[in-house]
Amino acid sequence: MPRNIVSSSAISRRLLLTAAGAASLGAALTACGGGGSDSGSSSSKPVSQADIDKAMKTPTELTFWTWVPEIAQEIALFEKKYPAIKVKAVNAGQGTPEYTKLRTALKAGSGAPDMVQIEYQAIPTFTITDSLLDLRPYGVSALKSQFVDWTWSQVSGSGGEVWAVPQDTGPMGMLYRQDIFDKHGIEVPKTWDEFAEAARKLHKADPNVYLTNLAANQVAAWHGLLWQAGAKPYITSGKSDITISVDDAVSKKLGAFWGGLAQEGVIGVEPDFTDSWYAALNKGKYATWLTGAWGPAFLSGSAKDTSGKWRAAPMPQWDASAPSAGNWGGSTTAVIRSTKNPIAAAQFAQFINSDPETAKMFATKQFFFPATKALLADASYIGDTPAFYGGQKVNEVFAGISAQVDPAFQWPPFLDQVATDWTETVGRSLARKTDTVAALGGWQTRITTFAKSQGFTVKAAP
Amino acid sequence: MAKHLARPRSAGPLFIAPFMVLFLLLFLAPLGYAAYLSLFQEKLVGGTSFVGLENYLTAVKDPQLREGVIRVATFFVIQVPVMLLLALLFALALDSGLLRLSRVIRLGIFVPYAVPSVVATLMWGYLYGPDFGPFAQLSDKLSLPAPHFLTDSWMLGSLANIVTWEFVGYNMIILYAALRTIPHDLYEAAALDGAGAWRVAWSIKLPALRPALTLTLLFSVIGSFQLFNEPNLLMKIVPDVIDSSYTANLYAYTLAFTSQQINYAAAVSFLLGLLIVIISYAFLLTANRRRPA
Repeated sequence: MPRNIVSSSAISRRLLLTAAGAASLGAALTACGGGGSDSGSSSSKPVSQADIDKAMKTPTELTFWTWVPEIAQEIALFEKKYPAIKVKAVNAGQGTPEYTKLRTALKAGSGAPDMVQIEYQAIPTFTITDSLLDLRPYGVSALKSQFVDWTWSQVSGSGGEVWAVPQDTGPMGMLYRQDIFDKHGIEVPKTWDEFAEAARKLHKADPNVYLTNLAANQVAAWHGLLWQAGAKPYITSGKSDITISVDDAVSKKLGAFWGGLAQEGVIGVEPDFTDSWYAALNKGKYATWLTGAWGPAFLSGSAKDTSGKWRAAPMPQWDASAPSAGNWGGSTTAVIRSTKNPIAAAQFAQFINSDPETAKMFATKQFFFPATKALLADASYIGDTPAFYGGQKVNEVFAGISAQVDPAFQWPPFLDQVATDWTETVGRSLARKTDTVAALGGWQTRITTFAKSQGFTVKAAP
Repeated sequence: MAKHLARPRSAGPLFIAPFMVLFLLLFLAPLGYAAYLSLFQEKLVGGTSFVGLENYLTAVKDPQLREGVIRVATFFVIQVPVMLLLALLFALALDSGLLRLSRVIRLGIFVPYAVPSVVATLMWGYLYGPDFGPFAQLSDKLSLPAPHFLTDSWMLGSLANIVTWEFVGYNMIILYAALRTIPHDLYEAAALDGAGAWRVAWSIKLPALRPALTLTLLFSVIGSFQLFNEPNLLMKIVPDVIDSSYTANLYAYTLAFTSQQINYAAAVSFLLGLLIVIISYAFLLTANRRRPA
């Protein structure tokens, strides 16, 4: 790991901004000395087709950590095309548990898989430790146009590296209870102002019902809301410079809005994915769920009692004339740098996510919300009319939202810490109905202190 | 004891070898590695550097660690006497032979110990639930306010209840086993002297139980200071009440796996281990001193 990273210069940044255009925010923010020297330690030269062909015919066993249920069916398609390669799927837990195991294996120097399923927001926490393989030399860049633009910028590094291949996404929308809305004469809110009014009206009409629940432990939802509002909470440039602004004007607007509703007691603030929360959704305590595009399938499995009563709509907007969206969740396939078979592993990451057959399988069998443009335009996919949503074309609603996701959102290289700090400051303020705007300041201070203790140069927000 | 074993035979070391190998590999080596780790500092940017005892100095001054230790100490002072007293009462009652269905009762009290603590906590977490938990439902039916088991002021008690539920049976079995080893002549002699059941319990059974009680107390010291599973799981239900440094052990875990400060976590763990050793040793010392020579 390089100790000293050449500090960024304004000139190169501007140059690169011009050069990279809007292709990738990562590239736009580069200027680090990393481009050639550190990311290319293995080799940044393209691997020739002959080498790829040879590798794909050599008997190889690959290990793939993934939490996707029944992924064997997708793997079978890969093994059918490349009979010499055997892929062993290991479920090492979903999200954080998997990352913890991965980190331990990487530290121990053995036991890490060749490929790993990883969420978008976790990519920087593994690139900071140089754990992922840059997939550019393996021809992955050619896939760029197949994927939704914002997903590609999420998997791209600051030097233009491609760290992973998108698998599924979670553009955020609003699932709502048509029956509760009808009963109390509530229109689907188009703006956040209307949303706040509806929250007050509904809770007044029925004190046992809340318009929504903003989980006081769900930092991912908060980031999705920040994302929609156009916030840029973390901007990394190079490897050691980070700008943290989680209490800027946009964040404070969000803090005042949600903190205000929590203090008024017209929204719920209970932790999500708990027994109590599932029961609440089943029993109609909440009239909406602001969630990622994976939410509709998830909800139809976990709130069976309410089948037929739900509908989907885009999120309320801050500015109805310029609709925007955030994202919550979704994951990718990355290749671990220590792999002994980088070519086969990179081919696998490409195939399983971009092959039309496997991509469709993910969308229709595992109900993943797709990351490929082709599927989001596929009539047979977006035309689906699930009974749980009263026959509404839910996929179509979310496909429309997917196009509104801002590609410029970035994640910090120490998200776990950021998440814990959020729960213990902002989340706590929501749960206890104290000043959320002030709590944002506490969050900012805690992240800044942590970043400095980890050797980052923390820059003031612009 | 040691004097009798002090005559080594040639085959002796061979018999000991498997133990020593395992002891070295599985016990001393990780401990040594952790000690080694605790002397360094690894940053996300800038790599690893040797810092000597700096991590320990930071830990001693760390308010989050101090609060965690004080919290588990409080927990220990409240929960352990209750649990051991209950265990003692159950053991004496079973041993008295006056209970019907004593085998069923013994098994019943012991069964919670067989439930993994993770499952036990999830179960209690559901029971405690302020909205749809059975206690809340019941008080709702009776038009009473729902009991708030999961608030700041009740949390330590709610945790203590879970831990007690889990470990009463375990401690009871240790005490009960000790009671069964008391020679029956003693009871006969006491009966001849005209001692009743209470007198026998007080003057024969309790003194004979002292080593077993010391043992259960030692286990409880270690268990209390290592409190982890229960708060870690309840944190998901009430993140604003239980934070990531609620107990010292939870804090060490957070440091290692959330903050990625493995080195500092190693130092904190070592200090915690040291604290447990000191407290355990102090208990042993007082217990031995009181025992007649």
